[in-house]
Amino acid sequence: MERPIAYPRILTAGDAAVVVEFGNEISPEINARIKTFHDILKDKKIPGIMDVIPTFRSVLINYEPAVLLYQDIVISIKETLQESGNVSETKKRIFRIPVCYGGIYGPDLKDVAEHAGMSEEEVIICHSKEPYLIYMLGFLPGFAYLGGLDPKLAIPRLQQPRKRIEAGSVGIGGEQTGIYPLVSPAGWRLIGRTPIKPYDPDRKIPILYEAGDYIQFDPITKEEYEIIEKQVAEGTYQCQIIE
Amino acid sequence: MGMLFQKSGLLTTVQDLGRTGYQKDGFSVSGVMDRRSAIIANMLVDNPENEAVLEFMLVGPTIKFTSSTIIAITGGNFEPMINGKPAPMYTAIYANRGDVLELKFAKTGIWGYLSFSSKLDVPVVMGSRSTNIKCKIGGNHGQKIEKGEQVWFRIKKRYITSFLSRTIEPEDFSQKKKTIRVVLGPQDDYFQKKGIETFFSEDYLITEESDRMGYRLDGPYVAHKDGADIISDGIPLGAIQIPSHGKPIVMLADRQTTGGYAKIGTVISVDIPAFVQSKEGTAIHFEKVSVETAQRLYMEQEKDYDAIRKRIHRPCKEVIEPRLTAKRIEKLYTKQELQEDETWI
Repeated sequence: MERPIAYPRILTAGDAAVVVEFGNEISPEINARIKTFHDILKDKKIPGIMDVIPTFRSVLINYEPAVLLYQDIVISIKETLQESGNVSETKKRIFRIPVCYGGIYGPDLKDVAEHAGMSEEEVIICHSKEPYLIYMLGFLPGFAYLGGLDPKLAIPRLQQPRKRIEAGSVGIGGEQTGIYPLVSPAGWRLIGRTPIKPYDPDRKIPILYEAGDYIQFDPITKEEYEIIEKQVAEGTYQCQIIE
Repeated sequence: MGMLFQKSGLLTTVQDLGRTGYQKDGFSVSGVMDRRSAIIANMLVDNPENEAVLEFMLVGPTIKFTSSTIIAITGGNFEPMINGKPAPMYTAIYANRGDVLELKFAKTGIWGYLSFSSKLDVPVVMGSRSTNIKCKIGGNHGQKIEKGEQVWFRIKKRYITSFLSRTIEPEDFSQKKKTIRVVLGPQDDYFQKKGIETFFSEDYLITEESDRMGYRLDGPYVAHKDGADIISDGIPLGAIQIPSHGKPIVMLADRQTTGGYAKIGTVISVDIPAFVQSKEGTAIHFEKVSVETAQRLYMEQEKDYDAIRKRIHRPCKEVIEPRLTAKRIEKLYTKQELQEDETWI
């Protein structure tokens, strides 16, 4: 028998990166600990830390060995872990994302409703009732892996993926839901679209949200969609954030 | 002013040392594949290390200069020619307005680098000039450079100090067999002891399925304990993923930020240049080293860079010897007088 692993643990990832692992499952508790750790580490602004990637259950820290050696970074990590252990609750940010469900924006809403045995209205209410936790960003810039989809809405991916979908498309694939941040091929069922840009390379903060934040979908009409779309283009739209 | 691409080459992009700080948002780092060659190219033309260079793969571009500048070519041996005459690599050279630089098929290595004292005029996006083709950002409108396109310079700089000293011995990328050093982890505990032994004792061949994202290798099966899948986590540069087919994939500049395959180890920073410059069919022998050893080698490379910097900044013998200098200047003056005479006639 192997001994059980004690978390959190530090794993080597070459001479310019380390992994801090907080567990081996996907859970909101582990993710909350990662967010706390990441926030504290960010505030410390340790010279030599180049790029930090928080994920489902671990944090990858890329660093510059000419500034920071392995033994130095291990000390910094241990200190940060100790400090983050004392923090009981972190600030929760919820981003309200307006979504126009169905119609031309959500061509698969009907199929999702049929598959779930609900009306289209019920699917919209069910999909937008609770905020979703952003476990991590990856795959595409700003693509958020969200937790919390009602299992009733789960539906297999399309057998033939679409070659091109618009940025802002909201879809369901398997037991996951999310927003496509840029034009790409996609196998998820599209149920709606947001007029806001989760990713804009010319914005000061290119990606709206971070891992550990929440997303709350807010159903809007086609008319509201067009108004917001115009505001976004003019740069006057402010995304609503509840803290 | 700048340059016109008469031929594009296979994959010619603008790159610097990469776009760091945005991996948490899902942006690949991008940047040059072979940092060492790019850093040396910049040193030779007196640029900061992180200045944007042109990176080309296997077949280089043909460039017509529309303004004069100083360039340096490093990396694989692309047999460069200027106006049909061989031009030296790893040397600062003048490229005059109207000159045509031809970069051919890489006789050795995969990646070539071209630096410019006049610096490339492409916008900085999120702290970097590197091209990220997938996200369509950085470099030349987020794309590889095509035939007929122009890239501009952002400053006028046709003079650098110690010009004649700016040359070093080209690096050799021709070996058919290479030892590449690896630090174990982060998921070495996903592999059988036998699997790890196989990985460090057998040779693995670089396959044609290799690009800026990663290199796939072929060789004996590396056995997992129970499955290759992990809950997706971050991928560092040089990470060696082994999916269920048991063969290594080394993750490089354009790697995705996160992935779900177990990583047996990570290629050490100083060995990445030699690794990425390996042609298809090169036999790779992986050798295990500790983090401490890898970081000691990293610091030695930093010292080596310092030594190169010193060497190319030192005035060459002719400049040190005042008499020789005087003679050289005299020649210049007489030459100028002659030229003036000519114009009077």
